[in-house]
Amino acid sequence: MAKKVLTTPISAADLEDIKVGDVIYLTGLLTTCRDVAHRRVIEEGRPLPVDVKDGAILHAGPIIRPLGDDKFQMVTVGPTTSMRMEKFEEQFIKETGVRLVIGKGGMGEGTMRGCRDNKALHCVFPAGCAVVAASCVEEIVSANWRDLGMPETLWTCKVKEFGPLIVSIDTHGNNLFEQNKIVFNERKDKVYADICQHVKFIK
Amino acid sequence: MTQAEAVSRMTDTMAKFVAFTGKRLPDDVRAKIKELAAQEEAPLAKAIYATMDKNQELAWKLNRPSCQDTGAVQFFLKCGTHFPYIDELPELLRNAVIQATKDAPLRHNAVETFDEYNTGKNVGLGIPSLFWEMVPGRDDCEIYTYMAGGGCSLPGRAKVLMPGEGYEGVTKFVLDCMTSYGLNACPPLLVGVGIGTSVEVAALHSKEALLRPIGSHNPNPKAAEMERLLEDGINKIGLGPQGLCGKNSVMGVNIINSARHPSVIGVGVSVGCWSHRRGHIVFDRDLNYTIDSHSEVDF
Repeated sequence: MAKKVLTTPISAADLEDIKVGDVIYLTGLLTTCRDVAHRRVIEEGRPLPVDVKDGAILHAGPIIRPLGDDKFQMVTVGPTTSMRMEKFEEQFIKETGVRLVIGKGGMGEGTMRGCRDNKALHCVFPAGCAVVAASCVEEIVSANWRDLGMPETLWTCKVKEFGPLIVSIDTHGNNLFEQNKIVFNERKDKVYADICQHVKFIK
Repeated sequence: MTQAEAVSRMTDTMAKFVAFTGKRLPDDVRAKIKELAAQEEAPLAKAIYATMDKNQELAWKLNRPSCQDTGAVQFFLKCGTHFPYIDELPELLRNAVIQATKDAPLRHNAVETFDEYNTGKNVGLGIPSLFWEMVPGRDDCEIYTYMAGGGCSLPGRAKVLMPGEGYEGVTKFVLDCMTSYGLNACPPLLVGVGIGTSVEVAALHSKEALLRPIGSHNPNPKAAEMERLLEDGINKIGLGPQGLCGKNSVMGVNIINSARHPSVIGVGVSVGCWSHRRGHIVFDRDLNYTIDSHSEVDF
């Protein structure tokens, strides 16, 4: 199967046929954006200093090496736990018009609604694979909100075939992690009942 | 060797060792990941394991930390009361983290609480964390290093159960943690379970359990049996790599226990992600050192 590569700017139509479980790649601009940046946009009402409309954000806090002259090298950049941003993401997608939210692990109801109503995706980059991710970064083009420190600064990167990205929420209201959770919980109930037969140590 | 030279030498060794553990996983973790990867058949699970493998190779080749979250650095010390540099250890280890942060480089992961700013040095109030165990009569110093990442610290929890809930309650507490927060914490996980009286005892035991090698067993046969039951059971849930389904869920379950007050069962859970950056180094009184967590150490 041909590699599915999305290029920024991304349109709603580009995402129409993509379903949860698909593997895609991203070429273009990608901005790291995590806890405090989400809080600033939603709770403090501050505009994001980078235009991510039809673009992509990455829940991540990279390791950066300053090269002098306001240039930076991306040393490693893997995704962080997306669920921490769940509280803000529905509103964030609506306000910024972002099309691709990349992170680690699943997200919840709010993000599902945000993706469905505004035509966006949530994708998972295999976490802990931060050198693979960094090797997809061609250059860091800007750094905003630097007062937040290295992990939380908005690092805008030019990326080439950034991935693999596993689609966890699509534009049709499907949520892969929530689907899996139902299966996991059913199995867990059985496992619990089995183990309980063998751990009656208090008699 | 003067005292100052000795301190500088140990600082340098610890800085290099901490930096090293950020790019190379310990031998037991590498072997287990390989074993679990070989069992997968689903294309997605196989693709994720392949990316993990490629990442570790690239980290080694490019000499970079393998994961961007190099954690809040924690040290678990078993220090002989006659170790000649015992008084210097807190400052020495703090300086080692500052040096490793610059050299590796490590991410700046120390945010001062209440004042809420990143110190930019990877050290802060209580970071690095030092957990001391004094060993009377010995003159060496054993140090476990651990990079406590955000993702794998997030599922950590402890609770005091009533005895009526029994070990069945302990089982439920551990399993619920796996299917809620565990699946986002970068499986396959190493699961540490602590059992004792109060919440801090259980929590500390659960973290110490993560320092025990994968494949080791609790010396109590019943506790070892519970490790096996939990490991097999959690694997049957099939979280797979990254929680995206697969044949297994965990690299292992380690339990550390102590006696309990008759009225309570304290239980704690800590998890290590697949990128379980644990190191173990032992210094003798002359600062000769042995590293048994990693072979092929390149410093």
